[in-house]
Amino acid sequence: MSILIDKNTKVICQGFTGGQATQHCIQCIDYGTNLVGGVTPGKGGQIHLDLPVFNSVKEAVNETGASASIIFVPARFCKESILEAAEAGITLIVCITEGIPTIDMLEVKVVCDSLGVRLIGPNCPGIITPGESKMGIMPGEIHLPGRVGIISRSGTLTYEAVKQTSDLGFGQTSCVGIGGDPIPGTNFIDVLQLFENDKSTEAIVLVGEIGGTAEESAAEFIQSNVSKPVVSYIAGVTAPKGKRMGHAGAIIAGGKGTAEDKFAALEKAGVFTVKSPAEIGKGIAEVTGW
Amino acid sequence: MNLHEYQAKELFREYGIAVSEGLSASSSEEVIDKAKSLNVDKWVVKAQVHAGGRGKAGGVEIVDSIDKVKQFADKWLGKNLVTFQTDEKGQPVNDILIETCTNISKELYLGAVIDRASQRLVVMASTEGGVNIEEVAENNPEKIFREEIDPIHGPQDEQSMNLSSSLGLDDNQSMQFREIFIGLTKLFLEKDLSLIEVNPLVITDEGDLICLDAKINVDSNALYRQNQIASLRDPSQEDPREARADEWDLSYVALDGNIGCMVNGAGLAMGTMDIIKLHGGEPANFLDVGGTADSKRVAEAFKIILSDENVRAVLINIFGGIVRCDVIAEGIVEALTVMGVSVPVVVRLEGNSASKGLEILEQCELNIIPAADLQEAASLAVKASKGEI
Repeated sequence: MSILIDKNTKVICQGFTGGQATQHCIQCIDYGTNLVGGVTPGKGGQIHLDLPVFNSVKEAVNETGASASIIFVPARFCKESILEAAEAGITLIVCITEGIPTIDMLEVKVVCDSLGVRLIGPNCPGIITPGESKMGIMPGEIHLPGRVGIISRSGTLTYEAVKQTSDLGFGQTSCVGIGGDPIPGTNFIDVLQLFENDKSTEAIVLVGEIGGTAEESAAEFIQSNVSKPVVSYIAGVTAPKGKRMGHAGAIIAGGKGTAEDKFAALEKAGVFTVKSPAEIGKGIAEVTGW
Repeated sequence: MNLHEYQAKELFREYGIAVSEGLSASSSEEVIDKAKSLNVDKWVVKAQVHAGGRGKAGGVEIVDSIDKVKQFADKWLGKNLVTFQTDEKGQPVNDILIETCTNISKELYLGAVIDRASQRLVVMASTEGGVNIEEVAENNPEKIFREEIDPIHGPQDEQSMNLSSSLGLDDNQSMQFREIFIGLTKLFLEKDLSLIEVNPLVITDEGDLICLDAKINVDSNALYRQNQIASLRDPSQEDPREARADEWDLSYVALDGNIGCMVNGAGLAMGTMDIIKLHGGEPANFLDVGGTADSKRVAEAFKIILSDENVRAVLINIFGGIVRCDVIAEGIVEALTVMGVSVPVVVRLEGNSASKGLEILEQCELNIIPAADLQEAASLAVKASKGEI
């Protein structure tokens, strides 16, 4: 069992023939992802990585029966690409691209929600169900099929959590990078609910960072809706106020969104928190007794 | 990206949002000329820097003679203004905004921001203007009124009326408020802003609404389609190292410690700073080399990190997902060879092509200390910064 994707999920790639997309699609295919084709407007009819290229998502969906799309198009075209996928009947969109103007996301979010489309990202590493399918840019080899569900706002910090849970032999059911932007398509609560419902997920890692109140909302949700043990690390205890720390979302504004606030809210909700990013795996061992 | 008050007010005018009559100038002579051209006998003169708290720091004055206008200009132009929001050096004053005076009857607050919780543009208004709005939000949240703007349908008259009535405005003021409300949301959405703050929005003795201050932050991700806004950038207000990093697509923030950090990914970069602190060290910077780092950018990142004289050790922490560790390793070797780096460099490579990367580092004969994991990397970097290895 897993959440969002498994070995049967039919995936297409938007921006398929671009350099980054090509490099990562090769790795996805190697990992086992059921990639069935891609979209690059104007290149329909070509074959790329032994797969058909289509001019539009609609065409790709009609021809391949794909239900999921991974997007690598440049930031300025992402709004259009996400909306195209959503309207063409794709039900799971993973947008890897970073640097999308926030105002574009306001509309994208409303449309995806109204169509019942699950958008992961943008500005995220994607999702992976170890041993089955990967829609993302994460290094596949650090993952291990197993029992922990991982959710994170950060890319490379997710890898950190993955590696530690793999090294300890726990493995992962699925890992979801929701991205570091102010308006993510999917938030912590959405994914927490999915992991709570997933029978094979026995424990959850939530990796947050400074900025916004997503972790506080997640804490509230966990308190009343999550029965599984949760371990959490929040990055940015040392971050100064008012400075944007790389991610558009990571800024402490007006004294709100500090790591301390988030740790406190999570601890109050019964979450086991670790103060060092190197102790996430240990935290899981602690709460589960594994 | 931030704008100056005078630039923000220009945009306000463009969108029909009421502001005082005013002009900006960058030399004493020009300040005097512009003050005269306003045809009044009392002015508000305001030093233009990217920081709040200007009033308390002496950067805003009401003056009633041209001599005093000149004194203010001479006092500030070319100098640095230090406020509670700046560092101890302050921000350089290159421009002064000269405005007509307003007789204030009441101070209100108006702001617009992308609210993450509701995932909407939210316009906020409060009767508690002119003061620290964060304190109001903390202590009297019921005094802040909010309207969420629907991304598909835009701002509605009804929302403007709701805010007007919460602010206790009369009919005439409500009409004026509508102009400001609609103009503000339009400006925000059309120019890809991330924040507008008007503190205070005032009711004058004559009963009119005027925006006395204007603060605008811009969504840097949208500058590619905002040429007018992009041209308003003032590099003199930015940390030179941060600006240089920006040119190379590196995300850098200077801090006070002595361990330089080079990390891929913003989250891991913050995590690396945190773990350095847990081991008793102090990070000198935040630096995210990004997802597409090549050897040139790694070299540039090194230059920026080492341009900080406080740096006693460097910690490189790369978890390769998109980036390949062997490419990073080549960049490190190249940079260290060319620059003759004298401080110890602790390197932790993991993920995509990590073993190849480590091989490259092992084969070179430089002062590189490899670390097996994050824990060890932090501990080694802290020891190195204290001269213990």
